[in-house]
Amino acid sequence: MWTLLQIELYKIFRRPRTYIAFVAITALITIVQLGLKVDGKEYAAFVMADLSNTLQIDGKIINGYFVCYVLLQLLLVHVPLLIALIAADMVSGEANMGTLRLLLAKPISRTQFILAKFFASTIYTILLLVWLAILALFLSMWIFGTDDMFLLKNNYAVQIERVDIFWRYAGAFCFAALAMTTVAALGFFLSQFAENSIGPIVATMSVIIFFTILSTMSIPIFNLIKPYLFTTHMVAWKEFFDVKVNSDNETIRGTIQRPDRLINSALILFAHIVFFVGASLYVFKKKDVLS
Amino acid sequence: MMKASKIFLFLFFISCVINVPAQDMSALVQKVKAKLDLVNDYVADGKMKTDVAFIKAPVGKIKIFFKKPNLFKIKRNNGISILPKGGVSVNMSSVLATKDYVALAAGDAMIDGIKTKIVKLLPMNENSEIILTTLYIDEADLLIKKAITTTKDNGTYEMQLYYGNYAAYGLPDKVIFSFDTKDYKMPKGITLEFEDNDKPTEAEKLKARKGRVEIIYSSYIINKGVDNSMFK
Repeated sequence: MWTLLQIELYKIFRRPRTYIAFVAITALITIVQLGLKVDGKEYAAFVMADLSNTLQIDGKIINGYFVCYVLLQLLLVHVPLLIALIAADMVSGEANMGTLRLLLAKPISRTQFILAKFFASTIYTILLLVWLAILALFLSMWIFGTDDMFLLKNNYAVQIERVDIFWRYAGAFCFAALAMTTVAALGFFLSQFAENSIGPIVATMSVIIFFTILSTMSIPIFNLIKPYLFTTHMVAWKEFFDVKVNSDNETIRGTIQRPDRLINSALILFAHIVFFVGASLYVFKKKDVLS
Repeated sequence: MMKASKIFLFLFFISCVINVPAQDMSALVQKVKAKLDLVNDYVADGKMKTDVAFIKAPVGKIKIFFKKPNLFKIKRNNGISILPKGGVSVNMSSVLATKDYVALAAGDAMIDGIKTKIVKLLPMNENSEIILTTLYIDEADLLIKKAITTTKDNGTYEMQLYYGNYAAYGLPDKVIFSFDTKDYKMPKGITLEFEDNDKPTEAEKLKARKGRVEIIYSSYIINKGVDNSMFK
């Protein structure tokens, strides 16, 4: 199994396409960081305009932690598309090149074959997130320094103390890994049904875009189906950045406002992964491999 | 004849009442100011608690800087500080810094069991940001126990002051600052939070109209000099 996984990872990282995602993320992050470094004060004034009518907020609003949060909000919507490029190509790519039947002629079970491919795409996903964390969090901390985080939600604002932030990012990135693995599992599942890569890649992207639009539109009829869409749960990482308050409205360090939501979303995403990988195994085992 | 004399007496009484000048309280205010003027500058350590319904904020350690006539700055130690806009009113020295006002008596009131004189300060300058300041002055100790300031642009602020170790300088140990807040609602395009947050309850909406900042002073360093750079 380990050898199979190494082979699959070798195949992934041998293709130039793999690095598109890393380059795209690097470009996006550095552009946003550059923009905020140059015009950060104007950006802060713009987002704080409503609060500034009543309150005077002093301190380093645009700091590394805040910048990372902005970047994650922007990127974690688009990273699934980059993951689909690889995950949806895992089986269909082999079929397209005509190597699938050849590979299955080796003395390995179909289960091992499928699991090795899925684990390889999961490792790719996690490496992409590690790269994202290095650039979005650590590079931002280095460029902008650190301070408390002041986050604006739709109905309220949250100030999180500097010493209470890092563990939240560790949790958020772990949650993002789970969410992105769900996307990888979906792409992987769809790749069973085609003999070229384009179809499953476009299908995965379409499903994500379609579900994301449904998840974000506040129309009553869509609210009924929102809890059943995995894209609704993918953004639950933000729960790490909301804090409980005591009866005096003081934030309680080390708390999360709605941990139940976080756990519920994590379980739903995990169930999706199990379902997609299980379904992939089932389909592949039954499949008449002709290519 | 009797009826005419009654009318005359009534009119005489009314005219006397109308012509009584409002009691000038400038002397009392000047005494309070003279006490506050003992302090040229100070650096104080303290804690600040922000209680605004739509803001979740921690209690933070702060440093407060003051220099005559009206330089005042609150800095949170390693963090972001949230203060009501128009924070100049957080200290009384700044309120009384100008001499350009009329001080009128408006009766007496009990504050925390202490009898206080109510004094209305009306600015002479028509362009002044402050429209009216009402002071509740403890005449015996020359301490301002409460102040309500109405401004042109930033609503009405109420300040309650509690004194202890530094009462001799007119410096409070605790200040509770209440102010009006506007409804808070951010467009999703700015917050980038496209998913639905929890909606505030009616009670929360009501509470949201009043904000409160509590500053607890733990120590003062008085008249040891403060550099102007601290106020930038």
